[in-house]
Amino acid sequence: MTGRRSFLRILFCFALLSALALFSTAAIAQNGGQLRFCLRAEPKTFDPLLVDDDASLAVRYLTGGVLIRVNRHTQDLEAELAESWKISKDGKQIAFKLRHGLRFSDGSPFAADDVAFTMQRLMDPALHSSTGDAFRSGTGTVTTKVLSADQVVVTFPAAVAGLDRLFDQVAIMSAHSPKKEGAVLGPFMVGEYKAGSSLLLERNPYYWKKDAQGRRLPYLDSIHLDIQANRDVEMLRFKRGELDLINVLDTDYFDRLASSSPQLVHDAGPSLDSDFMWFNQVANAPIPEYRRAWFRSTNFRRAISLAINRDDLSRIVFNGHAQPAVGPVSPANKFWFNSKLKADAHNPQAALALLKADGFHMQNGTLLDKNSNPVEFSIVTNAGSKPRERMSVLIQEDLGKIGIKVNLVPLDFPSLLERISQKFNYEAAMLGFRNVDLDPNGQMNIWLSSAEDHAWNPKQKAPETAWEAEIDKLMREQASSIDPKKRKQSFDRVQEIVYEQAPFIYLVNQNALSAVSGSVSGANPGILSPQTFWNAERLTLNGTARASR
Amino acid sequence: MLLRRIARHLASIVVLVLLGGLLSATLVRLAPGFDSDERELDPSLNAESVRALRAQRAGEHNILGFYAAYLRGAMHGDLGTSHALGQPVRSLLSERWPVTLRIAGIGLLLGWLLGSALAFGASLWPRPSYEVLGTTLSGAFLCIPAAVLALLSVILNAPGYLAIAFIVFPKIYRYSRNLLAKAYAMPHITAARARGLKEIRILIWHVLPVAGPQMIALGGITVSLALGASIPVESLCGLPGIGQLAWQAALARDLPLLVNLTVIVTLVTLLANSGADVMIHILRPREA
Amino acid sequence: MKVARTLACVIVVAVCALSLGANWLAPEGYAKQFREAPGAPPSHQHLLGTDELGRDRFARILYGTRISLLLAPAAALISTALAALVGGLAGYLGGIWLKLARGFTDLFLSLPWLFLLITVRALLPLNVSPLVSVLITFLILGLLGWAASARVLSTSADSLRNSDFVLQARASGLHGPRLFLIHVLPNLKPVLYAQFWISIPVFILSEANLGVLGLGVAEPLPSWGSLLRELEGLISFREEPWRLVPLFLLIVVLTSFQTLLSSEEVTA
Repeated sequence: MTGRRSFLRILFCFALLSALALFSTAAIAQNGGQLRFCLRAEPKTFDPLLVDDDASLAVRYLTGGVLIRVNRHTQDLEAELAESWKISKDGKQIAFKLRHGLRFSDGSPFAADDVAFTMQRLMDPALHSSTGDAFRSGTGTVTTKVLSADQVVVTFPAAVAGLDRLFDQVAIMSAHSPKKEGAVLGPFMVGEYKAGSSLLLERNPYYWKKDAQGRRLPYLDSIHLDIQANRDVEMLRFKRGELDLINVLDTDYFDRLASSSPQLVHDAGPSLDSDFMWFNQVANAPIPEYRRAWFRSTNFRRAISLAINRDDLSRIVFNGHAQPAVGPVSPANKFWFNSKLKADAHNPQAALALLKADGFHMQNGTLLDKNSNPVEFSIVTNAGSKPRERMSVLIQEDLGKIGIKVNLVPLDFPSLLERISQKFNYEAAMLGFRNVDLDPNGQMNIWLSSAEDHAWNPKQKAPETAWEAEIDKLMREQASSIDPKKRKQSFDRVQEIVYEQAPFIYLVNQNALSAVSGSVSGANPGILSPQTFWNAERLTLNGTARASR
Repeated sequence: MLLRRIARHLASIVVLVLLGGLLSATLVRLAPGFDSDERELDPSLNAESVRALRAQRAGEHNILGFYAAYLRGAMHGDLGTSHALGQPVRSLLSERWPVTLRIAGIGLLLGWLLGSALAFGASLWPRPSYEVLGTTLSGAFLCIPAAVLALLSVILNAPGYLAIAFIVFPKIYRYSRNLLAKAYAMPHITAARARGLKEIRILIWHVLPVAGPQMIALGGITVSLALGASIPVESLCGLPGIGQLAWQAALARDLPLLVNLTVIVTLVTLLANSGADVMIHILRPREA
Repeated sequence: MKVARTLACVIVVAVCALSLGANWLAPEGYAKQFREAPGAPPSHQHLLGTDELGRDRFARILYGTRISLLLAPAAALISTALAALVGGLAGYLGGIWLKLARGFTDLFLSLPWLFLLITVRALLPLNVSPLVSVLITFLILGLLGWAASARVLSTSADSLRNSDFVLQARASGLHGPRLFLIHVLPNLKPVLYAQFWISIPVFILSEANLGVLGLGVAEPLPSWGSLLRELEGLISFREEPWRLVPLFLLIVVLTSFQTLLSSEEVTA
């Protein structure tokens, strides 16, 4: 009897232990599960070299394999598909040593000629790729040389500033695979796509990366992306547990969620984005001549900047989740930000003093210019951005206090674009700049007076003012140098000139706000896009959440 | 005779649909922002790339040329390619029209049920409190923005067609109630009542023949009301139908998609209204 | 019914009086931003709290009432008149006129008017005063909103054309415009009244939607439409129930209007 009982006891313990072991390995393995979040718009293309909009960028980040990755958390460069790389002294050449034995998602092998093919296609001027244009430092062709199966050299006609960081945007395509852009090297690949509705990304079975324990990444089985532009609905679904994260969260929702579940929201501090306004300085714009004279006067622009209460903008519109901005680079960009600059504090007296210097005077609460024209102008902005609309109303009252009448005109985006880049029939405009790149070289087309995006006066044949000529010179200097210190010196001076001349009046830098549900482990929301899923390959969903789906 | 009438209707429908497509293409083309693409604002793009972006729409600048090419393609079954979604319009539409048909159709039916139930109820039992109730209820739903109703249906996890039903029923109620009240106010109704006829008989034999044709005409236009309501409802409830497509197309100035959508909407509207006309003609013994 | 009608009258008069007296009841005005108290709940100083920019909601409702209550019925009148003209007249004339009008109306119902509105905005100067932009907005709404009821009216007028009393009136020598105005038009009243009543809230709400295109009431001018749009961001009505006041006000005023309008139609 005792024998059987003890035997049974042992059997029972064995069974219990093995059950526990199985259970714990299942818990540790924690693989699988489907991460769900929303894209705010339809991805315009799946061709990684033509990607330009947010939704397509998100898909490319998750599916594309790159040679060098900028770690979104530490901002350092990491070796991805390239084991190592070397940039030549003159900054014109970069040599890659690639990893061995990697495969695309359809099983075809990855080798140096795929890199060559990608670069050739990228730099083809007929492609008009914005990623490719970022590499275009000078005229001439880009050559690639395949030295062996795992060594390739790319040579540019002129030095490219920040060359290695730019490769974070280049997703390598297959030269030979019949699936073309469908064959990818990233952690996920495009599965089912329902246009206008949803996109399913599945795990790439051939993904090369393994974690420290040697397990294959990614941990997730798939990512389900809903295409939902409305933020109210996105928020509702997150609260109901239908979504696992909200990548960019509006201030209103942040506060509402923080009051009920503070552990779900993350404020990563000031982002790289800025909101700003500017005045139309185009010489032959269809606006009254006297108004153009105001807009072209530095005193006028500086006065407007001083009259705006940026603290109120941060406090009221963003509930403290923003801070006054001073220039094109936010303080979050630690290396490139000119820390000597401080945002203009609200000072209507100083504003009026500057205006007086230009001949403006107050009469019965209205500001008049030197020819007794009442100061009145309109600000166009894009409807659909609630923070911007609210900021414009606050600015309307701020400027009203110094006697300026502001008319606010929210417009749909295409009409707005036509006004500010083709017809120039606007007076002042307010927009935001979504900065994805730390390196200011990406902003060349904003600061060069001959460029398209020199918003207040684009495509000038020759710089119309001395300070714009100086900015041109400095930007070209920093583009042709590869010494970071020299580049910073030049760009610091650009930031100073921008502050002194105020062609753009910077308003605020918003904080990077996001929300991650409790079922997601491993998320580390930051300020660089994509804020919450930059480490998607290492994200896991914990067991309780899986069981409930 | 009836067949000839229907044939005439169909012929005029074809002409009007073609005209509608052309007019909508003209409206879209002439509206500002036709050439603009938000990618232009990307500072990475150099000047040639921006020029290439603008040139993408060059083929659509000549509206008559575009429309002629579109019609030629349509006869072969090719309805063009959407700019915004990068897919052939035909597959987009064929995927999505069942969704819209379902929610707009069921929503319309429910709206008619609710609206006409309230209207007939108020007519058969004419008490001031019923009147005020009907007015307040329909007024309440008329004042709630469609977007809010759609959001409410998302919050309450209600199906999309309910939102459409609540958007459409106030109009149905108000028109029906007024038409019925007018019909009931006619002198021969009082005479019929004096003769001791039951209310139901009065309704079917004396009121409906008067109010009926107009209510059928109302039915025709409620189809376009339901289609219009499907735009905010589909967009907010995430239903992949034609309404959602219409909104995206409008934002992106997507000419091929917009022309096709207008053609469909015009066709459906014309069919609904002409169908109502034909039905009225059949039911009315007198010749117009 | 008498009680209801009196009550309705009182409500409408009270609302009109309140909105006319806005200058006294809310002397600070609708635009003043109380920046220390954005999004505040109702208090002694702000009867319905403040909006997200610190503007007094009670003041904004009062001033917004002026604009919306004056202009929305005016626009509704325009659209009703147009509907009567196109639908009623065509039905009355019959024949080719009826066919043309019906085709025109159906086409009108189907076109994407969004783009016309965008074009109108582009043609207007940027610095147009908020009042002018409001007038233009409601004018456009009135000009675009007649099609649906015109269709129903054409059927009504068509049946009236061949009805006994119209034939009788014709036989007794009445022709043309007088016949139309005296005998046909009054019988179109059910549809016209319905059209008028429905158009008022539809236009008030549409005006807010037009804000997306740069038309509509320009900031800082308040309108009921923009106040109602505040409801969109409200996920829980329990948290801030005072935000529903504009909605209740509109429903009450609308119901009162209908009660006053329906003097003839409702049987005893």
